[in-house]
Amino acid sequence: MIDKFVASVTEAVSDIRDGATVMIGGFGQAGMPAELIDALIAQGARELTIVNNNAGNGDTGLAALLATKRVRRIICSFPRQIDSWVFDALYRSGEIELELVPQGNLAERIRAAGAGIGAFFTPTGYGTLLAEGKETREIGGRHYVLEYPIHADYALIKADRADRFGNLVYRKTARNFGPIMASAAKCTIAQVREKAQLGDLDPESIVTPGIFVHRVVEVPVRATRRGA
Amino acid sequence: MARYSRDQIAARIARDIPEGAYVNLGIGLPTLVANHLPKDREILLQSENGVLAMGPAPAPGDEDPDLINASKQPVTLLPGGSFFHHADSFAMMRGGHLDFCVLGAFQVSVRGDLANWHTGEPDAIPAIGGAMDLAIGAKHVFVMMEHLTKQGESKIVETCTYPLTGVRCVSRIYTDLAVLDVTDEGLAVVDVVDGLSLDDLARLTPVRLFRKAA
Repeated sequence: MIDKFVASVTEAVSDIRDGATVMIGGFGQAGMPAELIDALIAQGARELTIVNNNAGNGDTGLAALLATKRVRRIICSFPRQIDSWVFDALYRSGEIELELVPQGNLAERIRAAGAGIGAFFTPTGYGTLLAEGKETREIGGRHYVLEYPIHADYALIKADRADRFGNLVYRKTARNFGPIMASAAKCTIAQVREKAQLGDLDPESIVTPGIFVHRVVEVPVRATRRGA
Repeated sequence: MARYSRDQIAARIARDIPEGAYVNLGIGLPTLVANHLPKDREILLQSENGVLAMGPAPAPGDEDPDLINASKQPVTLLPGGSFFHHADSFAMMRGGHLDFCVLGAFQVSVRGDLANWHTGEPDAIPAIGGAMDLAIGAKHVFVMMEHLTKQGESKIVETCTYPLTGVRCVSRIYTDLAVLDVTDEGLAVVDVVDGLSLDDLARLTPVRLFRKAA
């Protein structure tokens, strides 16, 4: 019987090795798999490459992972925020490497990895600092930059509900990078608010089919958060 | 010197957005435009983090951490709204489906080059977000900014000195002094604030300006 549910976040992340590339879902706090990140911190893997839209907010979640200094490199679009003090200090002291990617290129590079695309030409970034040194081509009178996919060893994402096949539905704007990251990693681990019985998720509404998901862990919503 | 207020600029931009338009408002100053969209028009706001038909901020106490905008502030969803993942969100921009975006700027060149993400200072931490995708993706790119820097220098320039966000991507510039269209011949002056002559504007703006034909 297929059952992708594992008993705990600790078990879910237990085999992440030093040097792994780990995608982490979320846009700010929405969709960030905070409990999986906490488990990764406790697990202790080092020399990680992290892929996320941001570079942590406040002192929890991704920011707490960065604070352990176990992240060698981060690939993101918007590191500097009002509450990104953990990243800012690491960056200024040269303790973390930053690859800055325009957000749509970040999304498409992740999508391309999941879709088996070798590279693609994008108009975004043409003629800017972020395209320096990259191959360009004029196609149909428009200028494009060649961008390569971003593959990952693991994706840690957050969804609302999952069944034991790993089919996922999300909640509102917490969806963001979840579906594309799920497709781009060798091992995708989803934390979900609630386990659904097989057949209970509307097949027309499943956003991430279970083929993209390898492990699921149920993390009920903390009592402090509003339900809706 | 006479100036349009920020709300007047926002209201002017809002007037230029037609019924049925799909619009992305950039973070910062452009978010003011939402407050002025005519109530009798159905205009759908898109946010890069995966929402169409975004509504205003919720009432205090009704905030939902899973429903936020690009600035990561709580928002609401209007009837007919939808959610989608990031690759779809940026396909809406890059694929030319979004009708308008409104962006802030450090500088805009006479050719419509936009610089709005990086001051170029060596110790600055860069952040780009979705600005480059919006700049080259939306059918009409409106810039909303102050005409002059705090030091009194024109933010409309012959050539941008700050790092670019996009090349030849701006269609129209709305400032506290004027509204200007980017054309192959230079900037066409659509409007000037009352009390400022075209000559006054030209003295403050070191690029080729001409009055747009009515």
